[in-house]
Amino acid sequence: MMTVADIVKALNLKVFSGAGGLDREVSGGYVSDLLSDVMGKADAGQVWITLQTHKNVMAIASLKDLAAVILVSGYKPAENTAEQSEEENIPILGTDKSAFEVTGELYTLIK
Amino acid sequence: MEHHEFNIEGGDFTRAGYASSQVKKMLKQMGVDVAIIKRTVVAAYEAEVNVVAHAYSGAMYVDINREEVKIELRDQGPGIEDIEQAMQEGYSTASSAVREMGFGAGMGLSNMKKNADELHIESEPGKGTRVVIRMQLNATTGD
Amino acid sequence: MRVSEILQILDARIICGEHRTDYTIDVAFASDLMSDVLTLKNDHVLLITGLANMQTIRTAEMSDINCIVFARNKKASREMIALAEENDIILIECRYSMFKTCGLLYEAGVKPIF
Ligand SMILES: Nc1ncnc2c1ncn2[C@@H]1O[C@H](COP(=O)(O)OP(=O)(O)OP(=O)(O)O)[C@@H](O)[C@H]1O
Ligand SMILES: [Mg+2]
Repeated sequence: MMTVADIVKALNLKVFSGAGGLDREVSGGYVSDLLSDVMGKADAGQVWITLQTHKNVMAIASLKDLAAVILVSGYKPAENTAEQSEEENIPILGTDKSAFEVTGELYTLIK
Repeated sequence: MEHHEFNIEGGDFTRAGYASSQVKKMLKQMGVDVAIIKRTVVAAYEAEVNVVAHAYSGAMYVDINREEVKIELRDQGPGIEDIEQAMQEGYSTASSAVREMGFGAGMGLSNMKKNADELHIESEPGKGTRVVIRMQLNATTGD
Repeated sequence: MRVSEILQILDARIICGEHRTDYTIDVAFASDLMSDVLTLKNDHVLLITGLANMQTIRTAEMSDINCIVFARNKKASREMIALAEENDIILIECRYSMFKTCGLLYEAGVKPIF
């Protein structure tokens, strides 16, 4: 199975925070900007692709035991979000690409 | 100069966009360039949704002729404490209910700024907000 | 890519604009946040979203988007279909997740927006 580190390398992603979690295993991807939807439907080990930088993002990522969060379109995590990612060891990654493009690349990589 | 008024109900996400849609129809009928129509209605729609998302009630006032359109939104609501901060991309105080409706990215005001020829915002915290969008139209028909 | 091909790739159902399956999209964009969609300047955009409410249709109307795929098995209401009809917007319902929907279309060669 691929790890978050493998994905960072293959898709050339920035690592904003939570580098301690780069060895987490990735079971799939979940694309959503609606927090309740992720709460309800995402599965453990998925990489969450979103442009939400809201402070609740890390709370949800940790509750659902997600592998990592990828912020798209050049978005950066808020300071408290990055702190929480460090504590939880869930990496926040970043790309300038859009959600559609990075999702396409991830899908091709891990399917 | 033609004048139109539309009421906007705070919290009514079913109807949000109705006023901007009417503006779009007027501009189309006047034969305004499609790129100008898009910039105008995107700015108007963001402003209209802000009233629905953040205020209790309000209205859109549209003054239009062949050369230009002035779109003014006035609302009764919490107002904006720090307009400069609110303009920053990503800044949002949207409730979780508003976020579940597909808004609250904190991009609306900067979208308005990018699309409007002129944007003016004034606000009295605790009372309400006034937004004015002005666009040059150079329309081919209409009055 | 034509709407008819999109329907095939996604094994999806067209619920508005059934007679315009030869409409062609140039690029795709995936988002659930409408202000994000409202930043787009491209023509012939396919919007892929899991947000199915009246504002999804309004947003498409304002940004001249003529084709929407609702992923995550989201259903359009009768009011949404009526508003889409009025604005020549094609609506497609797809049972796949956003991840799979984007993945399949990307693999089939649909281009992103830069
Ligand atoms: N009419 C208004 N009344 C009160 N506050 C407002 C109003 N318009 C904007 N604001 C304040 O400014 C902030 C930023 O507005 P903006 O439109 O940029 O983002 P948003 O509405 O929160 O999210 P988005 O527009 O991306 O859906 C809002 O979160 C709110 O705090
Ligand atoms: Mg807004």
